[in-house]
Amino acid sequence: MASEAPAAYPRRWGRLPIITAASTTVPLACLSIAFLRDELGANPIEEITHVTGDWTLRFLLASLAITPARRAFELPALAPLRRTFGLAAFGYATLHALTYVGLDQGFDWELLTEDVREHRFVTAGFGAWCCLLLLALTSTRRAMRRLGPRWRQLHRLSYVAGVLGVVHYIWLVKADLLPPLVHAAVLTALLAARFQGRRRAGC
Amino acid sequence: MLIRGREDLPSREITPRGVYLRRREFLERAALAATTLALGTAPTTPATAVARYDSDETPTDEKDATRYNNFYEFGTDKQDPARHAGKMKTRPWSVRIEGEVGKPKTLGLDDLLAPHTMEDRIYRLRCVEAWSMVIPWRGFQLSDLLKRFDPTSRARYVAFQTLHDSEQMPGQRRPVLDWPYVEGLRIDEAMHPLTLLATGMYGRDLPNQNGAPLRLVVPWKYGFKSIKSIVAIRLLEKQPPTSWNLSAPGEYGFYANVNPAVDHPRWSQKRERRIGEFRKRETLAFNGYADQVAELYRGMDLRKFF
Repeated sequence: MASEAPAAYPRRWGRLPIITAASTTVPLACLSIAFLRDELGANPIEEITHVTGDWTLRFLLASLAITPARRAFELPALAPLRRTFGLAAFGYATLHALTYVGLDQGFDWELLTEDVREHRFVTAGFGAWCCLLLLALTSTRRAMRRLGPRWRQLHRLSYVAGVLGVVHYIWLVKADLLPPLVHAAVLTALLAARFQGRRRAGC
Repeated sequence: MLIRGREDLPSREITPRGVYLRRREFLERAALAATTLALGTAPTTPATAVARYDSDETPTDEKDATRYNNFYEFGTDKQDPARHAGKMKTRPWSVRIEGEVGKPKTLGLDDLLAPHTMEDRIYRLRCVEAWSMVIPWRGFQLSDLLKRFDPTSRARYVAFQTLHDSEQMPGQRRPVLDWPYVEGLRIDEAMHPLTLLATGMYGRDLPNQNGAPLRLVVPWKYGFKSIKSIVAIRLLEKQPPTSWNLSAPGEYGFYANVNPAVDHPRWSQKRERRIGEFRKRETLAFNGYADQVAELYRGMDLRKFF
């Protein structure tokens, strides 16, 4: 689509991607400061896990919101933010996974494989991270060129990652389903907007 | 020394807290010394009830035990209870004792506590969410309370109920659980000497967020069995409903004994994170109280009665 070409940016939007990329590190900075000041509460490992998980989902939903927003507000300059937020989601997902693998499970591979196999919320989370990894690895311009039309197909995995991420959240809560269901509602709205947009755009 | 949970005379004003917390050690040593003098020899084991029930592990930091816990009546975040429990009024407070008892009665808290001698007991606490703490409780045996009201021969279970008032407990405005919170024990579990009614922890009165003014402590079961801010105790012939079991019957059973061999359907119960420690530790059967309580469940399939 021509509107995605960077040459079309109005000048004042030129710095948007870099500013956005910088701002996605703010939650990590806050978390690090809280950690250094011992302000993460009684169970810091759990807190780090929750915060990185929350921001993974937020950035993933933000990434999925870019295309509908770009079309709705006719702002082609938003297009590159899809990748910015997508990579941020992968970054936080990786921190989330490392917290679980290293801090929580102590790199005990036997326990880890058992956990991924036997507990469905872990399986879903692992699946979501695998999707994000594939997306991140193929997020470069080179990969885009090399994969050609298959790149688009492959990057529909972002929706799979979104669904797996929300399901991962729903499956882990004990009784209060409200926070995961809010994410599920946003995801459903974004999927609906996306499909409607596709029908209108004829692709 | 009688220590009663009276508002006008908190024990901490009589005895410095450090000394108070170590008074049992003092008593033990004094008892040992007296026995030694009387017998002329040192007994090999100081066979006090205390040694049988107290954990020798280091208590969890009081700050953590009072700011990280579940009490859904004040919100579902573990910091919510400490943030919002200040709204709860714990005086005046009364408790109904009813059902299969010879002398049913509604008692004000002071009258309820008056005949009981408070003692401190250090217990492990294992949450179903796979974290754990070590908490010095102050309280008395539930059995001592129940005996006062003459349970009938039909009393086979004990049901407990938490305060239900969304003005004081904002978490009850949302139907996260079917309010009021209810819990239950089999009568032999309720009469077990490990089972406490607590009015304090760390040598002070219970903070609201930890279940003031009166809560149950059943150390060999997952934490959710130890119901907080109790307003009713009912003796029953039939097994009473319990809140988490109603919420998710496949995940939380009536017994809810700590059992590393039976996983929660969604996560492992084999290990736990002791709050304040980095590496997880192995979870013990009956939370380490198997010697005292395993016999209560002899012949039962603990996979079925989880």
